[in-house]
Amino acid sequence: MKPKKRIISPLEKRLLQVAEEKLSLREKDSGKFHALQQEALTAFKELGLPHKKLEKWRNTDLFDWYQKLFNPITEKEEFTTKVNDIFECTVQGFDSNVVSILNGHYYSSEESSLQTFDNGVIIGSLAKAREEYPEYFEKYYSSIAKVETNGMTAINAALAEDGVFVYVPDNVEVEKPVQLIKLVNKRGLMLNTRNLIIMGNNSRFTFLHCDDSINHDDSLINTLTEVHIGENASLDLYKLQNINDETALLNNSFFNMERDSRLKVNVLTFNGGLIRNELHVSLNGEGAEADLSGLYLMDKKQHIDNQVYVNHNVPHCNSNELFKGILDEEAKGVFNGYIYVARDAQKTNAFQRNNNILMTSSAKINTMPFLEIYADDVQCSHGATVGQLDNEAMFYLMQRGIPFDDARMLLMFAFAAEVTDNIRIETLKTNIDDMVKKRLRGELSICDRCVLHCTTPDKPIEFEIDLSKI
Amino acid sequence: MLLNIKNLHVAINGKEILKGLNLQVNKGEIHAIMGPNGTGKSTLAAAITGREGYEITKGEIIYKGQVINDWTADKRANEGVFLSFQYPVEIPGVSMTNFMRTALNAKREYLGKPQMKAGEFLKLMEEKKKLVEITAKLTNRSVNEGFSGGEKKKNEIFQMAMLEPTLAILDETDSGLDIDALKVVAKGVNELKSDENAFVVITHYQRLLEYIVPDFVHVMYGGRIVKSGGKGLALELEDQGYEWVKEKFGEE
Repeated sequence: MKPKKRIISPLEKRLLQVAEEKLSLREKDSGKFHALQQEALTAFKELGLPHKKLEKWRNTDLFDWYQKLFNPITEKEEFTTKVNDIFECTVQGFDSNVVSILNGHYYSSEESSLQTFDNGVIIGSLAKAREEYPEYFEKYYSSIAKVETNGMTAINAALAEDGVFVYVPDNVEVEKPVQLIKLVNKRGLMLNTRNLIIMGNNSRFTFLHCDDSINHDDSLINTLTEVHIGENASLDLYKLQNINDETALLNNSFFNMERDSRLKVNVLTFNGGLIRNELHVSLNGEGAEADLSGLYLMDKKQHIDNQVYVNHNVPHCNSNELFKGILDEEAKGVFNGYIYVARDAQKTNAFQRNNNILMTSSAKINTMPFLEIYADDVQCSHGATVGQLDNEAMFYLMQRGIPFDDARMLLMFAFAAEVTDNIRIETLKTNIDDMVKKRLRGELSICDRCVLHCTTPDKPIEFEIDLSKI
Repeated sequence: MLLNIKNLHVAINGKEILKGLNLQVNKGEIHAIMGPNGTGKSTLAAAITGREGYEITKGEIIYKGQVINDWTADKRANEGVFLSFQYPVEIPGVSMTNFMRTALNAKREYLGKPQMKAGEFLKLMEEKKKLVEITAKLTNRSVNEGFSGGEKKKNEIFQMAMLEPTLAILDETDSGLDIDALKVVAKGVNELKSDENAFVVITHYQRLLEYIVPDFVHVMYGGRIVKSGGKGLALELEDQGYEWVKEKFGEE
């Protein structure tokens, strides 16, 4: 069959032009990185921006965003002030090393753009790490995130310059979580940022990745994160997404998991015009275990899409997926869970669940499991539910005197708690639970200064839910 | 008079279930409502407690002198109407403690009283748990989740003890209970009974009425109360079954 000619959107045209121009200027700059960018551009020419006619993008339409001429080349902001001065995260009382990305570039003073700690841990700018640690770069960069995965990964590889780089040596357990705050404060930007996390054998690391907005400017954020988890290493990754309704966030994360490694991902989506999270998890060593969960609370005309790919390539690995969402007003959700079990991957345990509550008749969810199993001695299950709040439970609560709104809150919060209960840092869990409560009450939204009510973080929550602390 | 139901007609999805029911309950009284399945006993409980979907098409429910036909379920509850559910609902993720504290404080707020302090609340919980011989820790358990049939019914009476209602409706609280659990439930009810409150006990069997002795027994059939009497009526029903009721009132 002759392939139909695609209509190229204004944004795609622009991206092609910008990327070609940029790469041509680099003609003399040889090396693997440049070759990769060239390869990515070639792939992008072939793939184009993802569109609705592709099976995997059927339910997520970026058409409106593609009509805007976002600027994909951004200037590095001069470091004048700490990110905490322009933005204060709601996640408080939480001891972490904060790093930040502003308008697509690592935001710090020159001297702290790449820090090496006594235990050998390196945290800092990806661009800087490319210069200083070419050996890690050569070995790991773009080794699991194939440029041809989709048009977004291709254009990301072609244009990405900066992001966060983390290296944890063998046998090092990093006590303090690293918190990345990613911000945009200019309008009309398309950001192609890239993170690379390398974890040695027997290491341990916690990473908190926050996407936030500080105003109503529109942007298109295309982030790619590559994570290598060494043998018997353990990573906890939390993604907090609270961006404005004018922003589309595309989040591609790739994980390579070695023998006996453990991965815990918690994607918490509170707000955003359009958000798509792709988790690509490859279980490449026996005994590896991936625990992937997500919670999305959307309303208005927001769109959330979670695409989870779990590849069981070897025997004796476990994976567990739990994604839950509450969709209000005209919000739309998509959940696709792909489980692949290779022929030799015997004794695989792979479980998947997606539960949704639709608050209105105009809210929508498309949920679909895709299981491809070639081994015969495996345990796999999947389940998806779409429903409303339980009327029986509502009446039960109200019959005990609890007013309608509070009863509704209580049930929604209980629904969400199954996911937030997975958060292993107590202070973070408390913070997130508060955010969930505020979000469900419609209090967590854009304020003048930022999305996160940072000016009134101590607003008391009258409806005390957690009694376990008394 | 605490409760006065006048010519009550209730429909579900347009189908009339209650067809002109009358009932008067005074403080200090225990009323038993008996009758065969499908005669509208649970519909009556739902109508009194304000469950959605139960449309009052005619008649009045007067509680404490006010017509409450249009009151929401929570308002009725906070005014002292309590229903012990025939099938208590499991609510995963909502802990018993949290649920009870929210309910208790909702009532206090409704009555214009200050919120109960945590310590005070926990003390009250422990005290009321003893009443129905609940030994398990409730703090970390979700409402009714994983409770056995007997535990669920005990839990209903426990909640009743916590909320101290003025009018308690027990909807088939005895069904599915073994004799020991039944005695515990009955003991709880008898201890809560006072001159200031009233109970409406809906039951299929006479057995419960040996332990919770009613002042009045009503026989329901075809959406109406067709016969009322003293506690002797329950024994009569036990002897003769419901066949005669069906024969006598069935043709209507």
